[in-house]
Amino acid sequence: MQIYLPIADLPVNIFLVLGMGLAVGYISGMFGIGGGFLMTPLLIFIGISPAVAVATVSSHIAASSFTGAISYWRKRALDVALAMMLLSAGIVGTATGVWLFTELRALDQLDLMIGLSYVTLLTIVGSVMIYESVRAVMRTRRGMPATLRRPGSHTWLHGLPFKLRFKRSKIYVSAIPVWAIGFIIGFVGAIMGIGGGFLLVPMLIYFLRVPTATVIGTSMVLTLVTMASATVMHAATNHLVDVVLALILMVGGVIGAQFGARTGQKMRGERLRLLLGLLVFAVGCRFAYELVVRPDDLYSIRYVRNE
Amino acid sequence: MRRLAVTLALIVVACGTGPAAAERLVVSLSNHRVAVTSSFVGEELVLFGTIEPDPITSPLRPPYDLVVTVTGPRQTLRTRRKERVLGIWVNIDSREFERAPSYLAVLTNRPVGAIANQNTLRRLQIGLDNFLLPQRIGADIADTIPDDPSRRAFVRLQNQQGLYRESGTAVTFLTPTVFRAAIPMPAAVPTGSYGIDVQLFSGGAVVARTNSALEVIKTGFEQYVADAARDYGLLYGMATAMMALLIGWFASLVFARD
Repeated sequence: MQIYLPIADLPVNIFLVLGMGLAVGYISGMFGIGGGFLMTPLLIFIGISPAVAVATVSSHIAASSFTGAISYWRKRALDVALAMMLLSAGIVGTATGVWLFTELRALDQLDLMIGLSYVTLLTIVGSVMIYESVRAVMRTRRGMPATLRRPGSHTWLHGLPFKLRFKRSKIYVSAIPVWAIGFIIGFVGAIMGIGGGFLLVPMLIYFLRVPTATVIGTSMVLTLVTMASATVMHAATNHLVDVVLALILMVGGVIGAQFGARTGQKMRGERLRLLLGLLVFAVGCRFAYELVVRPDDLYSIRYVRNE
Repeated sequence: MRRLAVTLALIVVACGTGPAAAERLVVSLSNHRVAVTSSFVGEELVLFGTIEPDPITSPLRPPYDLVVTVTGPRQTLRTRRKERVLGIWVNIDSREFERAPSYLAVLTNRPVGAIANQNTLRRLQIGLDNFLLPQRIGADIADTIPDDPSRRAFVRLQNQQGLYRESGTAVTFLTPTVFRAAIPMPAAVPTGSYGIDVQLFSGGAVVARTNSALEVIKTGFEQYVADAARDYGLLYGMATAMMALLIGWFASLVFARD
């Protein structure tokens, strides 16, 4: 069944889009990521213009991360204090990112920059996660505890001043790395048009030693706020949010996210991280492939303006 | 007024000696408004027409050839070319096509090249190769030769989208003087006003010309959404964000029992 999208200006198959929403929603609920790095390329693939895709995906991510956040909240698997701290820095990061985005766009090499940053980030983050989680899985096989985290184990990060206690996550860390992570997520998210969940989850785990139990719910709160405000900003400045497309994606996304969140909570942390690592790495390779392999058509058309 | 009458008389005399005054085109479009609704998947419009003698006593000179050129609202588009740099495919250069039609259909009863000679086609901008597509090259704006690689790529890419087309079979003569032309409107057709230019050829020269117009508009809900997004961006965005939250909340209510 075809339905015409009023802002994207083209008809799409409603069940295809619904299915994409379900699939990406499932993944996002399972890993606590927004799924923007999966959904945006998918939408572009079915013919929606990249600008409309990026703007619309943000509202879809807001919906599925909200439903995810609620279910983690019910299970007390969410650290509001930590999320608020990250958010306050994230807003500053987003503003800086939007500024740089505009500067890069003027140079007409934004696509390349986005492609390169996707490849670099996704492959590095993906391979680090795979490496770490494979080691953790091996350790559990040999009958040892899955994580090296012991009460009182410290890194140099714990030596920094302005320490804060986050009760829900049972961590006592300096505000400086929390702020730095929030800033980086906001900054990278604005440049790459993603929520940044796939970066935030590993950062919280490896740098702040946030337990896997609360990390996903916390990441979802951050994703929810950044993506809801991104929706409003995109709609107010570029007028590119397609509400019909958003609605179809959301309905699929929230249902998928519900099932995904259940699967995610049943799985063991290191297995979950291994899967996410593989997924992130695979998407990174896909982007690398696009950059390296000779494209089918060396030419492309870009819309400049109406006359 | 008298001067005007004299001028007109001179024109009539001038035309009367040439072949140009002998035919008149009467055309009618099946639909002057293409409404884009939620179930829009493209449409085909039909242009009917007859060739009439003008004045009524003058003889007709079949066989005729007919060229229908449909142009959509103008847009400026940019083609970009990729090249390999350090192992990566990068956009190397770009050309801007200034005020190019967003939709261009050249519909004829036989291949364009068989209707008139190349000079005539070029002068009248008939066919995708001859239509004027000015490019911005540095500070200048000019159309290039039809073989220019970026022009060819531009036309090819627009053709793949179904937006540019040239068809030597889209016009059919039902009788030697009655014709119909099928104008395809793909699903991704841009909204706005379209011009239809109809030219009648006999013996490789234009003998009559007329034009018509059509409009592609969004209606009902589609129009409402598009207007809201454009005119009330902030409110629209807040409404979309609220919708996201509501749907998220509703889903968690539905799935809460477990």
